[in-house]
Amino acid sequence: MIVANAQSEVTYLEAISQALDEEMARDERVFLMGEDIGAYGGAFKITEGFMAKYGEWRVLDTPLAESGFVGAAIGAAMMGLRPVVEMQFADFISCAFDQITEVAAKNHYRWGAAVPMVIRAPFGGGVHGGPFHSECPEGWFFHSPGLKIVAPSTPYDAKGLLKAAIRDPNPVLYFEHKFLYRRIKATLPSEDYIVPIGKADVKRVGHDISLITYGAMVHLALEAAELLAQEHIDLEIVDLRTLIPLDKDTIYESVRKTSKAILLHEDNKTGGIGAEIAALIAEDCFDRLDGPVLRIAPPDTPVPFSTPLEEYFLPKVSDIVAAARKLAAY
Amino acid sequence: MDLADVTRDIKQADLLQMYYYLRLTRALEDRITALYRQGRIVGGVYTSNGMEAIAVGYASALERDDVIAPFHRDMGAFLIRGFTPGEVLAHYLGKRTGPSKGKDGNVHMGDLKRGMIGFVSHLADNLPVATGIALAFKMRGERRVAFTGTGDGGTSRGDFHEAMNFAAVRKLPVVFFCNNNQYAYSTPQRLQMAIHDVADRAKAYGMPGEIVDGNDVAAVYLASRRAIAKARAGEGPTFLEFKTMRMHGHSEHDPAKYVPRELLEEWKKKDPILKIEQLFSRLGYGDDAYFHEIGERVKKEVEIGVEFAEQSPLPEGPEVLEGVFATESEVES
Repeated sequence: MIVANAQSEVTYLEAISQALDEEMARDERVFLMGEDIGAYGGAFKITEGFMAKYGEWRVLDTPLAESGFVGAAIGAAMMGLRPVVEMQFADFISCAFDQITEVAAKNHYRWGAAVPMVIRAPFGGGVHGGPFHSECPEGWFFHSPGLKIVAPSTPYDAKGLLKAAIRDPNPVLYFEHKFLYRRIKATLPSEDYIVPIGKADVKRVGHDISLITYGAMVHLALEAAELLAQEHIDLEIVDLRTLIPLDKDTIYESVRKTSKAILLHEDNKTGGIGAEIAALIAEDCFDRLDGPVLRIAPPDTPVPFSTPLEEYFLPKVSDIVAAARKLAAY
Repeated sequence: MDLADVTRDIKQADLLQMYYYLRLTRALEDRITALYRQGRIVGGVYTSNGMEAIAVGYASALERDDVIAPFHRDMGAFLIRGFTPGEVLAHYLGKRTGPSKGKDGNVHMGDLKRGMIGFVSHLADNLPVATGIALAFKMRGERRVAFTGTGDGGTSRGDFHEAMNFAAVRKLPVVFFCNNNQYAYSTPQRLQMAIHDVADRAKAYGMPGEIVDGNDVAAVYLASRRAIAKARAGEGPTFLEFKTMRMHGHSEHDPAKYVPRELLEEWKKKDPILKIEQLFSRLGYGDDAYFHEIGERVKKEVEIGVEFAEQSPLPEGPEVLEGVFATESEVES
C-alpha cells in the first residue's frame, strides 16, 4: 500500500495505486476485479495490500475469463457499483472485445442504461514481452462509439485521469504504459484532484512543429525535442492524454500555430490513431499547413520479442529527429 | 403435472394471471407477425410462439425488484414487467415512443427501472452481465436475484461457460436457464453439442441442473420458484433446461423447411396454451367461455397498442446523434 505523501516523489505505478486507494476510500461503490489482484497484489503489484484493507469482495480475484468478468463488471455497473477491472496485460483485452464493444459501448445508446466502469490495461512495448505482452490495442476500441479512452504519460496524469475515469458515468478504457511504471517519478499534490477526460496537455511549448502523441512516446518526444533545439528546431509536444473524446481544440490550436504536424504512436501505423488525427488536420487545418502531415509508428507487424527486432520495431528518438528535419525544410 | 401438486403449490389467482399473459403474448406476437407480413414492420421478427410458457412461468416466479436478462424469445417477461403492447409495437415500428426511441428494434428492449436488461444479439452475452448484477446484489447484502438464459445454441458460447463458472465459484444469486427449442436457426441440437440434455452442462460447474417441461407453465413456474428461493437464500446458482420446440422459423422470414413436419405436429399437441386450458378444465378454473373472454380481452389490448404505435411519431434523423454517452445524473445509485 502506497500512502499519499506530498513530500516524496511517487512513480507512475504508485500514482495509479494511490488513485485506486483514494477512490475506494472515498466511494464504497468502487471495487476492483481481475486476475491475481487480491492476495498476490496483481502481476505488477498495483493492488498490493488492497485485499487486506478492503476485503476479498472489493478486491475480487476472478477466474481466468476476461469476457466473463468484464461482462460481470458491466452488470455490477448497471446496478450502481463502480467496478475497476484490471487486465493483467492489455493484450488479453481481446478476450473481452465482444463485451466491451457490443455490450458496454452500446447499452446506453440502445436502451439508456449507463455503464460506469473502468478497464485498466497495462499496454506497450520496450519490456521484451513479445507478441502477447506488449501490444497497444487502443486502436481497436478507438473505432467503437460509446467508449472513452485515456492513456496517461506522467504520474500526475496517471492519478488524475484514473480518478476522473472512476467518476465518469461511462465505460472508460484506461491504458497505462507498463514501460513507465517504475521509470518516471513526480511529486504529486497532497489534495484530491482529477485530470479531466477530453483535455490534451501541451507538454512542451514550441513554435516550429507540432508533435502529437500519447503514452510512453511523450518521453521519447521530449528527448528528441532537446536534441532538435540544438538545431534551432522548436518542437511543440501535444500529449493527447485522452484518445476519446479527442481534444480537437488543443490539436488544432497547436497546428495552426506551427503549421506543421507529426503524429507519433507506438501502435502500428495502418488504420491507427495517427491516421485519424492526420485526416482531421487535413480536413480542418489544410489552409494553415506548410508541409505534409507525417506519421511515426511501428511497422504493421506483431510486436517482436528479440531485442534487436523490438528496437527496430519501436519508434526511436532518431526517427523523430529525421521527421522533424524533413518537415523543417518546408 | 399432478393436479394435487398444482392446487397445493400455486395460487389459483397466480395461475389465472399466467394464463392471461400466455394469451397476451400469443396475441401480441401473432399481431407483430401479421404486421411483418404486411410489410409494416421491417427487420427481424423473433417470436416465442409455442414457447410462451417459459418467460411467463419464470417471470411470474420472480419478485418485482429482481432483475431479468432475457433470451430473445421472452416476450412474456416484458409484458409481466409492465411493458404495454403499445410500447412493444412502437418499438417494433421504430417509433420514438418505444423503449429504445428507435435506436434498436424487435426484441431488443430494456429498462433498468423495470428490471429488464436489454437483449444483445450475440447470444449468451448477457449471462456474464447477469452474474455481475447478482454480484452487486450479494456485495450489498440485498436479497435480490438475477434471472437469465439463452438458447441451446447459445450454450456453445464461451460467455455461457464463463458466466456459469464465475457464478458458481462466488455462489451468486443468479438463475440460468436454457430455452432448448431444439434448433439454433437451422442447426439442430445434435450438431450443436454431443450431449442429449443441456442440463448436463451444469455438472461441470458444480451447479445443479434440472430438466423442466418448457411447455407446462406450472412446471416452469415451480422449478423457477425453487431455484429463485435457493439463490435468494444464498445457496448459489441453478441451471434450468426448459425443453420446448420452436414452432416458427428462426425469424419470420424463415420457413424452417429443415424442421421435420412430424416433429412440429407432435409438438403442436403440446402447445402451452392448450396445455394450461386442459389443466383449467380439469381443475374447474375455466371453461371455453372463459377462454373466449380472455381471448377477446387480449385482442382488444393489442389493438389499442397497434393504434398507439401507428399514431406515434417516428424519430427525426438527427436524433441518431443522441445518447452515445451517459451523463452523471442518469447513473443508478
